[in-house]
Amino acid sequence: MKNHKVVASLEEAIRLSGLKDGMTVSFHHHLRNGDHVLNMVMEAIAQMGIHDLTVNASSLFDIHAPLLRHIENGVVTHLKTNYMSGGIGRAISAGILADPVEFRTHGGRPSDIELGRTPIDVAFIAAPTADPMGNCTGKYGKSACGSLGYAIPDAMNAKKVVVVTDNLAAYPLTDWSIPEIYVDYVVAVDAIGDPAGIVSGTTRITRDPVGLVMADRAAQVIRHSGLLKDGFSFQTGAGGASLAAAKYLRDIMLREKIHGSFGSGGITGYLVDMLNDGCFEALMDVQCFDLKAVESIRTNPRHHEISASHYASPSARSAVVDSLDVVILGATEIDTDFNVNVHTDSNGSIMGGSGGHSDTAAGAKLSMIIAPMFRARLPIITDRVKCISTPGRDIDVLVTQGGIAVNPKNQELLLRLKDAGLPVVDIHDLKEMVERTTGTPAPVREGGRVVANVIYRDGTLLDTIRSVPAK
Amino acid sequence: MRRSMLFIPGNTPNLLINGGFLGADALIFDLEDAVSPDEKDAARILVRNIMKFMDLRGCETIVRINSIDTDYWKADLEQILPQKPRWIMLPKTGCAADVLTADAEISRLEQRLGMEPNTVRLMPLIETALGVENAFAIASASKRVGAIFLGAEDLTADLRCKRTKGGAEIDYARSRMVMAARAAEVDVYDTPFTDVNDDEGIRADAEYAKSLGFTGKASISPRHVGVINEVFSPSRKDIEYAYEVMDAIRQAHEQGRGAIALHGKMIDAPIVARARQTIAMAEEMGVGKAVQHEES
Amino acid sequence: MEIIKRAIAGTLESSDAYVEIEPNAQGIRCELESVVEQQFGDNIRGLVEEILAGCGVKNAKIHIIDRGALECVIRARVEAAVMRGKGE
Repeated sequence: MKNHKVVASLEEAIRLSGLKDGMTVSFHHHLRNGDHVLNMVMEAIAQMGIHDLTVNASSLFDIHAPLLRHIENGVVTHLKTNYMSGGIGRAISAGILADPVEFRTHGGRPSDIELGRTPIDVAFIAAPTADPMGNCTGKYGKSACGSLGYAIPDAMNAKKVVVVTDNLAAYPLTDWSIPEIYVDYVVAVDAIGDPAGIVSGTTRITRDPVGLVMADRAAQVIRHSGLLKDGFSFQTGAGGASLAAAKYLRDIMLREKIHGSFGSGGITGYLVDMLNDGCFEALMDVQCFDLKAVESIRTNPRHHEISASHYASPSARSAVVDSLDVVILGATEIDTDFNVNVHTDSNGSIMGGSGGHSDTAAGAKLSMIIAPMFRARLPIITDRVKCISTPGRDIDVLVTQGGIAVNPKNQELLLRLKDAGLPVVDIHDLKEMVERTTGTPAPVREGGRVVANVIYRDGTLLDTIRSVPAK
Repeated sequence: MRRSMLFIPGNTPNLLINGGFLGADALIFDLEDAVSPDEKDAARILVRNIMKFMDLRGCETIVRINSIDTDYWKADLEQILPQKPRWIMLPKTGCAADVLTADAEISRLEQRLGMEPNTVRLMPLIETALGVENAFAIASASKRVGAIFLGAEDLTADLRCKRTKGGAEIDYARSRMVMAARAAEVDVYDTPFTDVNDDEGIRADAEYAKSLGFTGKASISPRHVGVINEVFSPSRKDIEYAYEVMDAIRQAHEQGRGAIALHGKMIDAPIVARARQTIAMAEEMGVGKAVQHEES
Repeated sequence: MEIIKRAIAGTLESSDAYVEIEPNAQGIRCELESVVEQQFGDNIRGLVEEILAGCGVKNAKIHIIDRGALECVIRARVEAAVMRGKGE
């Protein structure tokens, strides 16, 4: 064997990679809230006394809370990510990091990596199965997560690549996602993650009647949009109401014998069912959300793994999102110009991020937001969102239980929905109606410091997020 | 126009506050089966406040009180009547005397509250074998009765048979209810379809009820409301035909002709009556003029 | 109207409020925990005072855990707690 890539420990791999103060390390989030690799690597780095690092992680979950300690100790001084769940977000909003977090999108991140705007020194790739030369995949092993789409641009562009696996297979692993040509070192560990946190057993549609009514409306909007015909392509998030909308859409497609072309994005069992029922020719999968999706990508040749760049990069010659007909997305807030916030909660604290939100909204012919008129007495529609995650020009329609608001830029859709007898309402009237029900909320106090910059998929600054003052 | 009636549990704020947004023509605020005995007091107060302060967006309000053999029903009426519900639904109505008992109490409260007599209408819920056999007597017991409503779940328990999707076991009750209601000149509502996930089933069930002569249908799931409204609405074709009928009548009238034909078919009084009903409904749905406009 | 015993009404479900009322020697003491404190906290405290005054309650300790209830729901839960706490 010409080249021995397997090294004994993470420390050894980090040492061999040449990681030094001030460099950038990267991680993917396919193991979601079950990931152990980011914490193991950062702990080893801290032990080795390396400081002032930039962490570029495609997403951060609450399991990554030890990262906060590394921030306090100066091991980590910069964060770049596409999504951050509430536990990490609260600390960032409180201001623990001196320099603002850089939020990107699932398409903007690989684009900026490839263009050299955000170079990576060492990429650590959690791999559910790998061979000694670094061919690796997420489809097999006790920690199987399905697609490794978000890790592919990191592997292709980082100066050094370390594969971390808990299932070292014999060479050659032929069904690879990332081939050995990009990999420098391989480390075997006991467990790269906790399977319970990696994928859900099953993702379920909502049982909330309001959610079901919205889902039903959403399916009707798609039906009457003029886009639901042979060749139809579709993406939806994994939220309960969005999944219910997918189920109702499937019923319509089967009843009307419509053969779509593809479903894309984060894939759930519902989209797998649609593939198997003949609603789609193919699934384009950047991430698996449940066991059914993992099983499908492993066994069904029409279920394709795609890289984050192929999924959504704005600087690729084309990406899957550019061929999307319809995407269903969520929102924590939407304003009367249809700008959407998915970064912060009602108190302005970070609890999310764009992920693929603004990428798919920019690419799809019809971008739909599905959201209740109010959550816990807080109206969903505001005069101006606290943070613009996706600009209103890319949003076509808002579906709520109280009515459907169409962006005036899409007059054709407005006419089609009116003609179909759907309850179309001006977004300003909808806002007023909601506030008559909830009362008008007092404005939320905002802190003085910028704690995060929201960078649009083309690399321009879209908005900033300010600190949340202590109570 | 009351095609769909949606049950909302009386002690569940999340559903009560969303009731007006779910597309139903009428909401049934339920103080009976959906509320446990130790929460009856809180549910009454909650429903009263919802009726007083929430914009229900034009939905008619129906309150299902507890049956007159319980200790709760008078307190229910006491709390709810000041909010002027359009309807009180009286569960387990077995005979005309049950109607008169409730009627007397409502009259007493109407008078005390300075309301016009018969402001609040009664919708007996017929859900026992005795009630079905007495359907006409119940429907005609009082001027206050404006509709009767079939409850098949309790009825099939009383009949000691299984409730099935096909519903053969309630065929007799359905026909009997429609007959009694039409004879008494009141509306009549069909029992809910209880499989929330069967989209085809609800449509077939609603279409069958409509074919028997029911005015509309109740639902326990907001998901069913749309289908019920659709099934119990006049179709575009029905509406166009109704306008044609009225046009033909007007023309014949202007020309002093007695006998009127449309598309080679005689138009008689029942056809005109039906056309009038259809147009009234179309106008209430907001689609009446659209069709007329397209024609001109 | 006197509050003579501890009473509760409402639930901790979303869009509901859990209200606990107790006798108090002198005046009204209101404690509020709300998920919408920033947006509606003052509004809710004002509302509770108004409802208690409307019911003629002058002395009570009231503790509310608000899960984003609309005004009319808070009203109903406070009224129910008062009815239950005043005894028979």
